[in-house]
Amino acid sequence: MATQILDGDFQPYQWLSEFAQQLPIGKVGASASFIGSMRDFNDDTSVTRMTLEHYPAMTEKYLQQLEQRAHEKWPLDACLIVHRVGDIEIGDAIVLIGCWSAHRRAALDACAWLIEELKYNAPFWKKEQRPEGDIWVSENTDGT
Amino acid sequence: MSIQVKFFASLREQVGLSDTEINAADTVSDAWLQATGQQDLPARILVAVNLDYATLDTPIKDGDEVAFFPPVTGG
Repeated sequence: MATQILDGDFQPYQWLSEFAQQLPIGKVGASASFIGSMRDFNDDTSVTRMTLEHYPAMTEKYLQQLEQRAHEKWPLDACLIVHRVGDIEIGDAIVLIGCWSAHRRAALDACAWLIEELKYNAPFWKKEQRPEGDIWVSENTDGT
Repeated sequence: MSIQVKFFASLREQVGLSDTEINAADTVSDAWLQATGQQDLPARILVAVNLDYATLDTPIKDGDEVAFFPPVTGG
């Protein structure tokens, strides 16, 4: 299963590169990826740091189910989901999704679907440190 | 045997508990009332039973793990 929850900084492009090297040469014709990183602003206010809490056992199970569902919906050769927890600094990668398939449509569609499903259902919660104090993020931005 | 009840994020701070144990409950909402000492249910709450999403009227049995949390904000 290519899902991973990490309590510490990670390098998403290195993960993509190392993961892709394990794939069979000649089968994969398309790869799509999404990387979400920490901004220094949200809701028109500045954010200095962030803490990501999760429900460990449920997060692990949910991400594995998500990967399985993506494989059922699209003809993927592989899919990778990595998510950070703990203390996050500005610029840190928070989430990485990678999808590999024979043709572009499956990889692109699966990648877009996975990040939306994850954002609205995986049990992670952001607490932002703002100049006026710590605040729990109450809902996702709409993605546009 | 008993039922494990967990709270996460803003709900954990609001209730003042991260986890507790109750002896028995009929449904998820019953578990909330027992675990929180009859606190009002927040309007925007998500629940899980044994690590899968559930609803407030999902039945509970001995040995279950029930979790309460606010809308998720990962990614």
